Amino acid sequence: MARIGVVVFPGSNCEYDAAAAVEQLGGSAELIFHSATSLGDLDGVILPGGFAHGDYLRPGALARFSPVMDAVAAFAAAGGPVLGICNGFQVLTEAGLLPGALQKNRGLTFLCQPTTLIVSSTRSVLTRAATLGAELVVPINHFSGAYTCDDETYASLVADDQIVLRYRDNPNGSRDDIAGVANEAGNVVGLMPHPERAMSSLLGSADGRVLLEGFVGVGAAAH
Amino acid sequence: MNYSVIVEVTLRPGIADPEGATIERALPTLGFSGVSLVRAGKLFRFSIDADSPENALATAQSLAERLLSNPVIEDAVARLDEGR
Repeated sequence: MARIGVVVFPGSNCEYDAAAAVEQLGGSAELIFHSATSLGDLDGVILPGGFAHGDYLRPGALARFSPVMDAVAAFAAAGGPVLGICNGFQVLTEAGLLPGALQKNRGLTFLCQPTTLIVSSTRSVLTRAATLGAELVVPINHFSGAYTCDDETYASLVADDQIVLRYRDNPNGSRDDIAGVANEAGNVVGLMPHPERAMSSLLGSADGRVLLEGFVGVGAAAH
Repeated sequence: MNYSVIVEVTLRPGIADPEGATIERALPTLGFSGVSLVRAGKLFRFSIDADSPENALATAQSLAERLLSNPVIEDAVARLDEGR
């Protein structure tokens, strides 16, 4: 069974949803407080959504200096699967584990709505179980979700197949409709939409399952 | 010595600034005409113990680049607050 750690920063608020999703998919989830200096024996780490450290300064700017982030960086460098969802994505970009940055939405509105995503690469730990080009309905819930990067970074994202998910109808002004990116190796992924909130068609969509199945499955395969 | 420092953080040229653009659009409705190139940013003010103004400024610039700004999208400039 895959053991997935879910990091809890002061101000995280999606850690229980993420943990519940992991367990629905047959993994075991363990909450890890931000002051932890080691991760223990894990198969994957999720940085959940919320407002880590109140989002003061910039989303993710202070969370990046939480003690646990050194352990997360070491885990990622060793090839461990790391997934940042929403605020977790912002933390990963601030920490330099993913390229680019998340800026205030075009139009300066907080967006809370279902979006249709297009799977743009299956080379990452999040999208490896999905079908290239598939459309997935997954909700977003953010104020700073406009993906931004310079031209050089963008060119390398395209060249190295690091853009994993795009919005079909760009809701927030993200460059090239980018909703999620991976690092070059594909083991660190961040996305603004919330796949853990799309786990059941009774609650609107079950399209998040194929994404998290892939992520949890990476860990399961390790055993 | 103790030095007062100001750090200004602004979005880098070419990075979209929806906040600045919204302020710019609002100005004509209040009767202010001819205002353009509005950019929104942040200002930080603090004191630093250092043995020279140069060192105070170097420390401020370093912490501004490491924490107060995100170099991917923002520029940070530290200066001494001569008025204090």
